[in-house]
Amino acid sequence: MQFGGRRKKNSINPQSELYGQHLQFYGQPPLENISLSEFETFAVERLKLLKTVENLGVSHVKLTDLYISKLEKELKLVYSYRKNDFYGPTEYEKRRKDHISHFILRLAYCQTEDLRRWFIQQEVDLFRFRFNDLDPKQQLEFLHKNNLRYDTISSEEKLKLKDQLINSSFGVSGITVMEHEFYKVPFQDALDLVRLRKVYLKQGYAYIPHQDIVTIVLNDFRTRLSKALALTARSLPAVHSDERLQPLLNHLSHAYVGQDYSIQKNVGKISLDQIDSLSGKSFPLCMRQLHQSLRENHHLRHGGRMQYGLFLKGIGLSLEQALQFWKMEFIRGKVDADKFDKAYAYSIRHMFGKEGKRTDYTPYSCMKVILSNPPSQGDHHGCPFRHSDPELLKQKLQVYKVSPSGINQVDSSFSLNHPNQYFLESQKLLGGGKDIKREMDAPQRSQENAASKGSTATQEVAANTSQHLAEMTEDLDSFFQDA
Amino acid sequence: MPSSDYDPASLPDLLPLYYRRLFPFSQYYRWLSYGGVQKNYFQNREFSFTLKDDIYVRYQSFSTQNELEKEMQKMNPYKIDVGAVYSHRPSQHNTVKSGTFQALEKELVFDIDMTDYDDVRSCCSAADICSKCWTLMTIAIHILDRALRDDFGFQHRLWVYSGRRGVHCWVCDEAARKLSVAARSAVTEYLSLVKGGDETVKKVVLTEPIHPFISNSLDVVKEYFTQYALHDQDLMGSKESVEKVLALVPEDARSYLQQEFEKEKKPEKRWKLITTEAKRKQVGNFAHSFYIVLHIRTEGLVVLQSVSLKSTAKKGQYFEKEIMLQYCYPRLDANVSKGVNHLLKSPFSVHPKTGRISVPIDVSELDKFDPFSVPTISLICEELDRPRPGEEKEKLGDGKEKEDEKDAIEKRKIRDYKRTSLAKYIKYFDQFLDGMARSWKAERLRKSDLQKEF
Repeated sequence: MQFGGRRKKNSINPQSELYGQHLQFYGQPPLENISLSEFETFAVERLKLLKTVENLGVSHVKLTDLYISKLEKELKLVYSYRKNDFYGPTEYEKRRKDHISHFILRLAYCQTEDLRRWFIQQEVDLFRFRFNDLDPKQQLEFLHKNNLRYDTISSEEKLKLKDQLINSSFGVSGITVMEHEFYKVPFQDALDLVRLRKVYLKQGYAYIPHQDIVTIVLNDFRTRLSKALALTARSLPAVHSDERLQPLLNHLSHAYVGQDYSIQKNVGKISLDQIDSLSGKSFPLCMRQLHQSLRENHHLRHGGRMQYGLFLKGIGLSLEQALQFWKMEFIRGKVDADKFDKAYAYSIRHMFGKEGKRTDYTPYSCMKVILSNPPSQGDHHGCPFRHSDPELLKQKLQVYKVSPSGINQVDSSFSLNHPNQYFLESQKLLGGGKDIKREMDAPQRSQENAASKGSTATQEVAANTSQHLAEMTEDLDSFFQDA
Repeated sequence: MPSSDYDPASLPDLLPLYYRRLFPFSQYYRWLSYGGVQKNYFQNREFSFTLKDDIYVRYQSFSTQNELEKEMQKMNPYKIDVGAVYSHRPSQHNTVKSGTFQALEKELVFDIDMTDYDDVRSCCSAADICSKCWTLMTIAIHILDRALRDDFGFQHRLWVYSGRRGVHCWVCDEAARKLSVAARSAVTEYLSLVKGGDETVKKVVLTEPIHPFISNSLDVVKEYFTQYALHDQDLMGSKESVEKVLALVPEDARSYLQQEFEKEKKPEKRWKLITTEAKRKQVGNFAHSFYIVLHIRTEGLVVLQSVSLKSTAKKGQYFEKEIMLQYCYPRLDANVSKGVNHLLKSPFSVHPKTGRISVPIDVSELDKFDPFSVPTISLICEELDRPRPGEEKEKLGDGKEKEDEKDAIEKRKIRDYKRTSLAKYIKYFDQFLDGMARSWKAERLRKSDLQKEF
């Protein structure tokens, strides 16, 4: 195997064996020396890629054409890819970078459950994409090289077992059997399929259709990575003692986590009578909506109370203020003071960590608002860009006077992922004396971007919604341009 | 075979005799050493003993066959359980750093207990068994043995009578012994079809497509169903029984069948009515779904959708199969099979309540197996003392060399069990071990090849 034109000692060392393929399981750590700057660059680039994977994965159904072409674009620039470029870094260089950057990020992301989960999820998605891109021969080669003893079965065998295969595997018809590959896998490697009896078993082997083999390989990858991260975490103290690395690694992992707005910096700086005007000026659309419906109905259901209540906490409301705020509003409705104290006060105190297991709950990020607890009839929480009827949303935006020029201006460097972030940025801008309307519109627009994310759970639904949202934004454009 | 002379009170007298002269120690040791392929396999195996007065001791382990014999002869356990092969000698587990003492391997085991069928057998309940309901065990063994062999590829399966109301299976293949907890759990779930407790009326629900495992299992059940269910259990006879069966039939078919049953009283005819009704439903639904599949394909939508539509469109069409399975399909105790460290009653252990020896079952003669003719400890002890025709009792050597003496005792022991009803069971066990020995030999050769220096 020829590796580029670089004269490197490394081409003789066993590491280069690893780079014989486009894709690897990252079983062996890199053994060479690299400079600090390379260390940092590699890490940051991979992090960017993983964030792209994350964003694409939420806004597109994974593995649809759009998703694939977008990810392809990002990937090609940086990493080893089946369709090689003739220009740019050599294959060897790309694979080496892939290898090293993965291991660096392991150091940064092994520390907590959340970090690990995020890292594993993106790496698995990236792996799935790259694996699917290999042609069948390369895939088989990959499996064998990595000791996954999976062989395809011959056409004769397929014919012989046709009925059993049809009756065992989900979504497999007679045509599928003859046209697609089937792999013979030791049953111990396909436990999820065996457990549910969704696969044909014979003499200790599971006969798996191609569509399912990817799942198995992915599960294998996920398990290996998970174990490796646990091991890595144990050696962290040694790594952290190196002062050159520690700040860099911390920076890398915080770049993901971001702020959670739980530390109340401005407690008491907001007074209750400011809330109404603030809601018009600096609240993101979801919170504005919740506030409005609270004022109108003198009530909010649990989902709404949580989302809005925590947001208020995040902008600086104290517990006493919050209790007063909610009580004043609720007694205007059907709830009397006594009932409020009995039924609702507890949950507000709970939000502030004063009851029960005393968790000081953090305000919801956009992702959380969008993906968990979708609103149903009678609810007002959620994300309007995700959960609202497009027509209603159009109306609302109109009411809130989002100007046409505002819609067109997309501030690409501003990425919104938290309602409290919106509030802070908005207050900053307002405080800075800039043109309120124009600047506010940019956040509004990037809210749409951030929010046009479907749930990956029901992929088809998400696809439709994304489509709707895409159409809707286009409609909005034309609508406001006409106005 | 007369075995009714067993009295639990006589155990303290019978056990010493049993452990001194009848228990097949050399075969037992041969089994658990697994050809010496893995070092310390026997030494790291956990045994547990239940002694007189219900004293229970765990983490027993032994270095040699001799030590095992001596201990058992000293303690005279009422019950013997076999556990896992651990990372260290179980008897020394307290000296090991906490966390490092771990169960590493164990046979894959299954425990089928007749009490789990109480809701579907009318002849007996609880700890009782009779020849009528024993068929359930026969069916269970046929079904599971086939699946373990054909689906999972396990070659060395030992079925053992538990001594009272059930059977155990010990899967001894190397691959089986090395299975993780997750794998054992997956195998058990694959083999489970009857789900739900007392509150669940319908314990078996089948959807399309019918997995080959289920079809194969049904084939076994069908062989026995007429004799067992319709005759022995009189499923279609009493009003109460019929009601229970009809509760498993979809509502629309139920009233029709109830009406027909007013006229038709013969069990086989009644059952035919049920199967015919079921077939009618199945054909009807098939035609319907075929249309849906075609329709969707022409619209160009994902095939996945058509399949899921198929399975939701038809519910309860397989009710005749579901009934057969609910009444006959094996009920496994999942907890026994899932844990690597789970202790299970040892083969050749005595059942204190019945006196019966837990003997291996010859699967090739399965249908002839009769739990009531399994020898009890009192029987075989009695048989021991019966002089064989034309044979005099051996006298211990006077002045012979020690080795000769030991030899003689061994030989005598071998002859001892051979003149009891235990003989054929030990012979079968020997054959089972011979079957495994071939693979042990191959393993040993492979290992020594790897270690050879060039």
